[in-house]
Amino acid sequence: MMFVPGNNPGMMADAHIYGPDSIMLDLEDSVTMAEKDAARLLVHNALKSIDYGNTEMVVRINPLNTPYGKKDVEAVVKAGVDVIRMPKTETAEEVRELEAEILKVETEIGRVGETKIMAAIESALGIVNAYAIATASPRMMGIALGAEDYSANLKTNRTPGGAELLLAREQIVVAARAAGIACFDTVYSNLDDMETFRKEVELIKTLGFDGKSIINPRQIEVVNSVFTPTEKEITKARAVVAAIKEAQAKGSGVISLNGKMVDRPVVLRAERTIALAVAAGVIDKEEVL
Amino acid sequence: MVTIGPGEGLQVELQSSVAAQFGRQIKAVITETLEGLGVTDAHVQAVDKGALDCTIRARVTAAAVRATGKDVWKD
Amino acid sequence: MRNSKVVTLEEAIKRSGLKDGMTISFHHHFRGGDKVVNLVVDQLAAMGFKDLKLAASSLSDVHKPLIEHIKNGVITGISTSGLRGELADAISHGLLKEPVVFRSHGGRGSSIANGELKIDVAFLGASACDELGNACGVPRSENAKSICGSLGYALPDARYAKHVVVVTDDLVPYPNLPAGIRGADVESVVVVDSVGDSSKISAGAIRDSKNPRDILLAKQAAKVVINSGYFQDGFSIQTGTGGASLAVVKYIREEMLNQGIKASFALGGITAHMVKLHEEGLIGRLIDVQSFDKVAAESIAKDPSHVEVSAVEYASGEHLGSATHALDIVILSALEVDTQFNVNVLVGSDGIIRGAIGGHQDTAADSALSIIVCPLLRGRIPCVVPKVTTLITPGKSVDVVVTEYGIAVNPTRPEIAEKLKAAGLKLVDIKDLAAKATSIIGTPDPLPFGDKVVGVVMNRDGSVLDKIYNIQ
Repeated sequence: MMFVPGNNPGMMADAHIYGPDSIMLDLEDSVTMAEKDAARLLVHNALKSIDYGNTEMVVRINPLNTPYGKKDVEAVVKAGVDVIRMPKTETAEEVRELEAEILKVETEIGRVGETKIMAAIESALGIVNAYAIATASPRMMGIALGAEDYSANLKTNRTPGGAELLLAREQIVVAARAAGIACFDTVYSNLDDMETFRKEVELIKTLGFDGKSIINPRQIEVVNSVFTPTEKEITKARAVVAAIKEAQAKGSGVISLNGKMVDRPVVLRAERTIALAVAAGVIDKEEVL
Repeated sequence: MVTIGPGEGLQVELQSSVAAQFGRQIKAVITETLEGLGVTDAHVQAVDKGALDCTIRARVTAAAVRATGKDVWKD
Repeated sequence: MRNSKVVTLEEAIKRSGLKDGMTISFHHHFRGGDKVVNLVVDQLAAMGFKDLKLAASSLSDVHKPLIEHIKNGVITGISTSGLRGELADAISHGLLKEPVVFRSHGGRGSSIANGELKIDVAFLGASACDELGNACGVPRSENAKSICGSLGYALPDARYAKHVVVVTDDLVPYPNLPAGIRGADVESVVVVDSVGDSSKISAGAIRDSKNPRDILLAKQAAKVVINSGYFQDGFSIQTGTGGASLAVVKYIREEMLNQGIKASFALGGITAHMVKLHEEGLIGRLIDVQSFDKVAAESIAKDPSHVEVSAVEYASGEHLGSATHALDIVILSALEVDTQFNVNVLVGSDGIIRGAIGGHQDTAADSALSIIVCPLLRGRIPCVVPKVTTLITPGKSVDVVVTEYGIAVNPTRPEIAEKLKAAGLKLVDIKDLAAKATSIIGTPDPLPFGDKVVGVVMNRDGSVLDKIYNIQ
């Protein structure tokens, strides 16, 4: 998910050409208070007029308890945004408040149910309430970690190894999976250190995250290459799927591959590998059906 | 960069890096946007560096809101 | 020294027999730092000359003082590869009575060699020259003040002009050999304080672009090169100097190392990037008609496999031995490309002259594969358009267009399209690219052209390709 400041029309106009899976136009931390009104209008008009193709469009609004939040919701829902990202989420109640605000605008324009929510968790309380937040609304499609504010809230600072984020990361993955939604890791801001960035992406992939927030198109390639299954992994997954089909054809309840039993976790992992490979464009969708 | 002040009717002064190719269209977008906001009398000074129509609409609306004190969003 | 040709500029002009109405010529190897044109024309104006025709290999922002000389009738005609800045703007608005004649570098070379462009007096700047006129663009003493590298665009003038004056800021003892400009062709040598500001030879340090769009364009262009079928051991290549062009070299280099492929030569304007690959052993020869930066200029001074060629040897269409005939791949930029693959590199979308033909027509026509790399839009200016504002390079010479919204292959090259598709590259119809541009920025209004022809674009063979009208 690529972050783009909402007060930069040049960047908003062609962010999608670099092929990010989703674009997040920001009205919150990257926009000064003096410019919030102008940025809101820029984002509203960009969403309405620019052809972003299949890119998922997200807007990070200001919290509802600021003078900007409610107007942000109105502006972006009326422009047809796919997902609203709520910053600094701490309780399930906040999610329900946002949901109500979204419903109000959707009802006014006759498009009820179309806007989804993503909650950014950026504090200790938010981490404690992660599962409650993740299950607070049927519109919730994912939760994400905001490490800058979170580590400040913990009264520590960020380190390259990320030890201070261990619990938060695992908690977010666990809460997301328990709730059946997606989970995203935080941004990495040093554009000149692609090596450390790659290591971080590999770490969070191992932890189970679905994706990562990025701040520059140059980071897209690294994320895609880490998350795209290797040829070896795809071959293995295909073999598992073939074994399943064979067992089904025989009417057998037991699936075996290379003399070993293939049980459910293996099946699930194979399916996820194939899904990632399809999403990365490495194999055709038709193969899977 | 759009500044809106009082005027008679809608007068638009445009300085644009693409004046030859798009000057007429940009002025039309500025005028339409103001009319849509119910502004009928204003003097507009716009300095454009090749912005898209959607950006111009946003900037003109923002300037009008600040000048009139009337927002386009509720609350 | 006996037989020394060294005289003052005024004396050199008197000796040349220059009269009103004659043609004088200059090269542009000092690019943005050139001082020779202004120095000489100022002197000619002071001596009362009028109605002179200026045949430069190219002109840039630094030649703004010519505006006054044109107004005063000192210069009444210009031929050049390009025009920029205030001079170009003034000419677009009708400053000159006669249309400017625009030729490519190869076209200018051909015209000089076959007599179509007759030069009466050539004034050629050099970084080192001896008393008998052997001159070059590299330092030959510790007193050297300037460096420009190859003098490729000066060599046809030196050979064919009726009278040649070398202007140098470092007179060195005879013999200044080897040297591209040979004393036998030179009548006078003039010594001045400075012929050019070397720090302005290349516009800024040539750094790797960090602009994501340039990187995207470069990666896509590199993929086209690598999968075109021409990327084989011994291939040859030429690139321009824009951010995307330089970055392409970086990605192609990676693949050359991966596949163990070496290039036989790089041609054209040579940059530090090409020198680096050559020094790494990845490029056999550097064939240099213009050294774009200090690294290239220093390399040509010391490396025998980095060779200077004249504009004729570089790109003349008439001379079948010119290097472009051996060139496999050329990567070029464009101000505009249209749906017939025609290219414009000379006139802006506002109708004002702001570029140069350079070697565009020559390399696109003679090379095996020509690739145009340009963004779809530059702000609100479309680069893929239904019809170019001015035709510089005909579409039949252009094979592939790479934009950040997709790659289009000329229908005349179906085998290239097949290879690129097989490599997994998604191709688009160029008409769709033009439509995409319009959908984003709108349709531009027609430009306020007048009736006066201010420029004539020549084709390589001496025929007229297009006309440029004044902007009101």
